[in-house]
Amino acid sequence: MAFSSISNSEKSKPRKSESRKSDHVAPPAEMWQSSIGKKILTGVTGLGLVTFVVIHALGNLTLFFSAPTFNYLAYVIERLRPLLYLVEFSLLGLLLIHIAIGIRLYVGKRSARRIAYTAYESAGAPSRQTLASRTMIFSGLLLGVFLIWHLATFKFGPVYRVPGSTDRDMARLVFETFQQPIYTASYVIVLGFLGLHLRHGFWSALHSLGVATKPSVFMGSDDLGRAISIAIKGLPIAIYFGLLG
Amino acid sequence: MKINLSVWRQENSQSDGSFYNYTIENVQSDLSFLELLDMLNEQLMAKGEIPVEFDHDCREGICGSCGMMVNGQAHGPQKKTAVCQLYMRNFKDGDTVTLEPWRATAFPVIKDLVVDRSAFDRIVAAGGYVSVKTGSAPDANAVLVKKTDADQAFDYATCISCGACVAACPNASASLFTAAKISHLALLAQGNPERKQRVVKMTQQMTAEGFGDCSNHGECQAVCPKGISIDAIAQMRREYIRTKLPFG
Ligand code: FES
Repeated sequence: MAFSSISNSEKSKPRKSESRKSDHVAPPAEMWQSSIGKKILTGVTGLGLVTFVVIHALGNLTLFFSAPTFNYLAYVIERLRPLLYLVEFSLLGLLLIHIAIGIRLYVGKRSARRIAYTAYESAGAPSRQTLASRTMIFSGLLLGVFLIWHLATFKFGPVYRVPGSTDRDMARLVFETFQQPIYTASYVIVLGFLGLHLRHGFWSALHSLGVATKPSVFMGSDDLGRAISIAIKGLPIAIYFGLLG
Repeated sequence: MKINLSVWRQENSQSDGSFYNYTIENVQSDLSFLELLDMLNEQLMAKGEIPVEFDHDCREGICGSCGMMVNGQAHGPQKKTAVCQLYMRNFKDGDTVTLEPWRATAFPVIKDLVVDRSAFDRIVAAGGYVSVKTGSAPDANAVLVKKTDADQAFDYATCISCGACVAACPNASASLFTAAKISHLALLAQGNPERKQRVVKMTQQMTAEGFGDCSNHGECQAVCPKGISIDAIAQMRREYIRTKLPFG
């Protein structure tokens, strides 16, 4: 290795390395600080969240079958209340860890390069830099805001009852919501950002866990992100254009 | 041919820099890019101006001294090439070429295009070594290494520590550099005794130096003059996970 021989009085002094007692198995706090630990936490929480999104999307598809099936599924989930709380709190935990590390990565990146390049260009393949990878923080924060809106509309939205029953008529709420053009359009746009987030995110999570080293995983992530986004967009679009019900 | 250069000039690490424009005539296409800068400097000195400072040593792509952003790409447009091995045939008559130093908080600019990369030295000093018994030379083949591991370790060992990976990374992360060092030693029996502490200490030092965290943009592998793959980074993460396991 050859480095510049010109010394810079301030910067060339060894910087203090952080003192940590344990080199081996360290507590989770270590992962929270570690550059690699952060990636692993982001990856694990991201995979957990995407698993939920896929299950949620599969559940939505029951509406393509029939409104009573969809309502029945909602009813069954309601009945599993203690378990539901557990799942909800775990998801909230995953989400908060995922968001907090995402923001820290973004802040860290800003301070790691204070002066931006005047000219900058990706060198192209085998770079994995894409629009998706560059916009993770923005697509992610947008999805966070959307989530609040989404919960307010459905989970905490108006409660209709199935005629002649005490069960909640979720199908009616979904139909009414997606008959509004502005709501449907913004929903579909935001789901496009979900697809964008997953196109980089899925591959990146696997790489952060040290398992994705094949280009096929990168391609697969791209396709999976699109597929999930299209699968979820299908429902609001179908309802809006009167293809359902 | 005629080449217009827009060069970042900065007096020292404390001062602000800015771009200066120069024109160089009669550039031969078989000149190297650094020879173009030599021509520029001769021109400047003839006029009594201060020459443009840039790092270089071997000019053969093996020492890792040289490096700058050429039109926004680390080491310029040609793949797997350090800027000293970039030739002017990659440019056209009348081209304007923008030259900037590596930009990272952990690589302060010393002057013009020269940055201080001693942060890399400190990352290596934190754990990028093996402990060996001194004395007579060990028997040949006493330690067996699988051919595929030897090849991969060698690929990682080709890192010349130029800093292009940091420069091109949108996060100014030193992950590829650090991973190349860690993964090179992780694949070899000689690296085993310090295996666990190496990954912890080197990555801690990487953070302490002020490099950003990795976002898996993979830009580093596209600009590395030695073509080192981000598989090294995946291996570094496996090494880290290993430190968390009671076995392994
Ligand atoms: S001068 Fe040695 S690698 Fe370019």
